[in-house]
Amino acid sequence: MAGLLPLTLTDAVVRRNGKTLMGPVSLTLGGEGITIIIGPNGSGKTTLLRAMHGLERLSGGAADWALPAHEANIRQAYVFQSPIVLRRTVLANLRFPLDLLGTPRSVANAAAVAWAQRIGLGRALDTQAARLSGGERQKLALARALIREPEVLFLDEPSANLDGRSTREIEALLQQCQAAGTRIIMATHDMGQARRLAADAIFMLSGHIHEKGPAEAFFGASRTPELIAFLNGDIVE
Amino acid sequence: MNDILAGLAAALRLIVTLDAELVEISLRSLQVSLTALLIASTIAIPFGTLLAVQRFRFRRSVIAVLNALMGLPPVVVGLIVYLMLSRSGPFGVLGLLFTPTAMIIAQVIIISPLIASITHQAMRELWAEYHDLLISLHATKRQRIATLIWDGRRNLLTAALAGFGRAIGEVGAIMIVGGNIDHATRVLTTAIALETGKGDFALALGLGFVLIALALLINLGIHALSGTEREGRW
Ligand SMILES: Nc1ncnc2c1ncn2[C@@H]1O[C@H](COP(=O)(O)OP(=O)(O)O)[C@@H](O)[C@H]1O
Ligand SMILES: [Mg+2]
Repeated sequence: MAGLLPLTLTDAVVRRNGKTLMGPVSLTLGGEGITIIIGPNGSGKTTLLRAMHGLERLSGGAADWALPAHEANIRQAYVFQSPIVLRRTVLANLRFPLDLLGTPRSVANAAAVAWAQRIGLGRALDTQAARLSGGERQKLALARALIREPEVLFLDEPSANLDGRSTREIEALLQQCQAAGTRIIMATHDMGQARRLAADAIFMLSGHIHEKGPAEAFFGASRTPELIAFLNGDIVE
Repeated sequence: MNDILAGLAAALRLIVTLDAELVEISLRSLQVSLTALLIASTIAIPFGTLLAVQRFRFRRSVIAVLNALMGLPPVVVGLIVYLMLSRSGPFGVLGLLFTPTAMIIAQVIIISPLIASITHQAMRELWAEYHDLLISLHATKRQRIATLIWDGRRNLLTAALAGFGRAIGEVGAIMIVGGNIDHATRVLTTAIALETGKGDFALALGLGFVLIALALLINLGIHALSGTEREGRW
C-alpha cells in the first residue's frame, strides 16, 4: 500500500475577509511519531491543522499529500477542539464513519462495540451521545476518528477542559495508535502534554511557524527568544 | 342562546352515535389533508434541507421567495388552481376540477412553502453543528442530506404537523376547487361553512368539535415533540 506521507505545504496561506490568518507556511511532514503544535491563542494552530486536513481553503500556496486528493481524504481523520457529537446513540456515533463507507452493518457494529469498550463506554452503547460528559464526548470523538484506522490523525487540543485522568487515558490511547503506525499531528496548550508526547514540535506565532525541530532540541535548546519565553510561561504575542 | 345549547346537545349526539355523514366528512378531510401532507413533505423536506446544505448563486432569493410563498392567501391559490384545472385551462382535459385531487393539489401548494421554510430553519442549525465533521469524513452530498434529515427528524415532524394543521383547517382554496359537493368533495371546513349558512348548527358544531379535536391533537403533538427536543432526549 502506497503511503499517504509526506505531506508538503508550500507557501500555504489562509486568508479570510482580507485578513491573513496563517502563512505563508512551508512544511514537510513525513516519517512517524507525534508532531506537537504549540503557540499562544490565536497564533494559527487550528488554522494550520485545518489547512493540512483540507478543511480550510487555501488562498495561496498548496498542501499536497503523496497520494491524489480523493485517496488521501479518507485515510486521515480529525478530532475537533470541541467534540462534535451526532444526535444519536454512542454506538451509532462510533459506527457513523463506517456507515458512510458502506461497511456492512454487522462489521461496523462489531468495530463500534470494540472501540466503545476500549474507551470505557462499553456500557453506554445505547446512551444518547448528547448526555455524555465532556471527557466522554472527547473520547467518543477520538474513537470515532480512529475507527477508519486512519494513517494520519489530526487533533486540536484534545484535552482542553479535561481532568487529569481523562487526559492520561487519551494520551495512552494516542501512544498506542502511534505505536501501531498512525502519524499524529496535534495542537495543545498543555506544555506537560507537549513534552510527554512530542517526537518533534512546531511553535506557531502570529500565523507563522516561528520555530520547529525534534523534541529534544525544541524543548531543551530552543533557539528563538520567543519560544524560550513561551516555554517559560511568559506571555508572548 | 337556546339555539346554541340545542346545537351542542345535538352535536354531541352526532359524535357519540358516530353519525354516518359526520364520519364520512371527517374521513374525507383526513384523506385529503394527509395525502397533501405526504406529497408536500416529500417535496419540501429534501428541498428545505438542500437549501441549508447547498450554496448556490440564487440561494438568498430562493429563500426570500419561499418565505413570501408562505404568506400566499389560500383563496388566491384556490383561484389559480381553479383556472389551471377549469375546462378552458391548460389542465382542463384531466377533468380534475371539483374532485378531491384538485383539493389535494391546492393544499400541497399552500403547505409546501411552510414545510420547506421550517425545515430550512431547523436544518441550518443542525448543519452548522455537523458541518465540519461531515466535511472531515468526506460524506457525499447525498449522505450529508440523509444524515441531517435523520438526525433532525424531530424538527421535521414538527414542520409536518404545522403543515397538516394548516391544511386541515383551510377552507378558502378547497371550497373553490372542490366545490363542496355532497358525498364527493365535502370536508370538515367546507361543511361547517355550509351548515352554518343553512342554520343547521348541530351538524356544524359536531364537525367543529371534530376539527378542534384534531387541531388540539396536532398542537399537543408539536408541544410534546419540541419538549423532548429541549430535554435532549433524542
Ligand atoms: N472563521 C474565522 N474568521 C476570521 N478569523 C478567524 C476565523 N477563525 C480564526 N480566526 C482568526 O485567525 C487567527 C488564528 O486562529 P486559530 O487558528 O484558531 O488560532 P489558535 O488555534 O492558535 O488559537 C486568530 O487571529 C483568529 O481570531
Ligand atoms: Mg485553536
